[in-house]
Amino acid sequence: MRPFWARPLLTAVLSLAALTVWWPLWFLVSGALMPADELAVTIGPALNDAAAQSARWQLLPSWPTLQPLAELLLDTPQFFAMFWNSCIQVFPQLLGQLCFGTPAAWALSRLRFRGRRALMALYILLMLLPFQVTMVPNYLVLHALGLLDSHWALILPGCFSTFSVFVMARGFDAIPRPMLEAAAIDGAGPVRTFWHIGLPLGVPGILSAMVLAFLEGWNAIEQPITFLKDPARWPLSLYLASAAGMDGRALAAAMAASLVMLTPAALIFRFGQPYLELGIQASGLKE
Amino acid sequence: MRRYHPERPALPPHRQKRRRPDPEARAAFLFLLPSVAGTALFVLLPFAETVRRSFFDAPGRRFVGLENYRSVLQNSAFQLAAKNTARFLCTCVPALLLISLLLALGVRAVARRRDGSSTRRGRVLRTSYLLPMAIPVASIVILWQALFAKNGLINGALTALGVPPVDFMGTGAAFWVLVATYVWKNAGYNMILWLAGLDGIPADLYEAAAVDGANAWQKFWHITLPNLLPTLALVGVLSLLNSFKAFREAFLVGGNYPHQSMYLLQHLFNNWFLTLDLPRLTAAAVLMALAVSGLILALQRLWNRGE
Repeated sequence: MRPFWARPLLTAVLSLAALTVWWPLWFLVSGALMPADELAVTIGPALNDAAAQSARWQLLPSWPTLQPLAELLLDTPQFFAMFWNSCIQVFPQLLGQLCFGTPAAWALSRLRFRGRRALMALYILLMLLPFQVTMVPNYLVLHALGLLDSHWALILPGCFSTFSVFVMARGFDAIPRPMLEAAAIDGAGPVRTFWHIGLPLGVPGILSAMVLAFLEGWNAIEQPITFLKDPARWPLSLYLASAAGMDGRALAAAMAASLVMLTPAALIFRFGQPYLELGIQASGLKE
Repeated sequence: MRRYHPERPALPPHRQKRRRPDPEARAAFLFLLPSVAGTALFVLLPFAETVRRSFFDAPGRRFVGLENYRSVLQNSAFQLAAKNTARFLCTCVPALLLISLLLALGVRAVARRRDGSSTRRGRVLRTSYLLPMAIPVASIVILWQALFAKNGLINGALTALGVPPVDFMGTGAAFWVLVATYVWKNAGYNMILWLAGLDGIPADLYEAAAVDGANAWQKFWHITLPNLLPTLALVGVLSLLNSFKAFREAFLVGGNYPHQSMYLLQHLFNNWFLTLDLPRLTAAAVLMALAVSGLILALQRLWNRGE
């Protein structure tokens, strides 16, 4: 029998760990609502190595204001353009992964054919290779196709993410086999089985792949820096590229920008979390 | 419990006795065609070109054998970056595996009432640990700056306590900041994977052990851990994948030349890309791909042992 204090103690330790997540979130949200001059006094010294005193943190802004946020959204056309660039670059990728990735994942998970295991191993290897390994030839391929410096340079390679295929395949693995056998007895062919059983039952895996792909694309740094020379096409993830040496105003803008950047991710996360968890769990099942 | 032990999704192909074309294989071909074609164009073909170029000189015309490889292995920047990357992987992956497993065990202990129903506490904790995944890299960079700069919050607190401030970004401490960020960001994801693995262990194993008089520690050591081996392989692969992404934070904070303890292979590749040092870049890329494949093969053996 465990002692009576074990559980509360454990809960306290786990809550402390959770605090390492909630504090940064609160820091970002309250920072975005803080006026620029207050930010300059409290957090400002952290951005300036020559400052006399060190930064301090305030639980609440003394005069909450939406001014930095409004300035960013209304008076900074560049920010708005970058926000749209991010959307244009990320959502078609998701659509592409849905069109090309789901059938592939279904085949890898549920169809019998020669070389299935070898192909799956290849996909796993490719998903693990860091971007830098294929950066040069990737550049050459995009150059040959005339896609450099366009949104397509990010969208097209993104459509064929092998990681999404992997996650979706693991999701499909979780569908009980008797359901498929029943469909086969009813005379359904592979396409009908995929459409009527695979897709509806594979939703957790598919959505989880979508959530992960969104977070990945929304935070893309290396690809846009390498393939897009023209800053007019840069996504939002490059907006905050350097925080050092900012003044209070720039810091307030950066805080507001990171809040705006966080919002879509947090929303998708808020509604996608059950699927994300199911999907992550499905990817943990034994083969 | 059945739910967690699906039968094999697809059996290896039988020796075909019939000669007629297999409709399933044909469907598989059609299902895979778009994805494989795209992957071939954007990943496989570039990779083949990487391998080819690693044996040629800069313009890509003259075959030079292993010359590029020798030049890479003797390069001091490569040695530093490879050492740092290996050190980073060997530190952060085990740390992440251990911490996320502890979180999973803790959450599991707290999240269940005696009658087996789940509590609100468990859900809140799971959400909390998963949240860092949604925080954009760029915001993390601002946080880093506020916390770890020379006049940042942590040094402020240290000074207030009478401890001399630490130069986090300009010394070897930078490495540990990167490790901590990686663990913080990925612990929740791995925790969910561990939880699934833990749920998959049949309860009757524990009941049988209890009948034999095993204590909690013995149960953990002889039942829980061995049954988690296949999960370990998968969590290991995904942790590896995510550890390569920690480069983003390092890059956004430190630029192309961060403190030398954080100078990773990706930095080196980037810099060689900027100076168009293609022979070395491609040779180093092939070496890295080989190392990654080796790691996967090792993990897959672990994986198969659990099946």
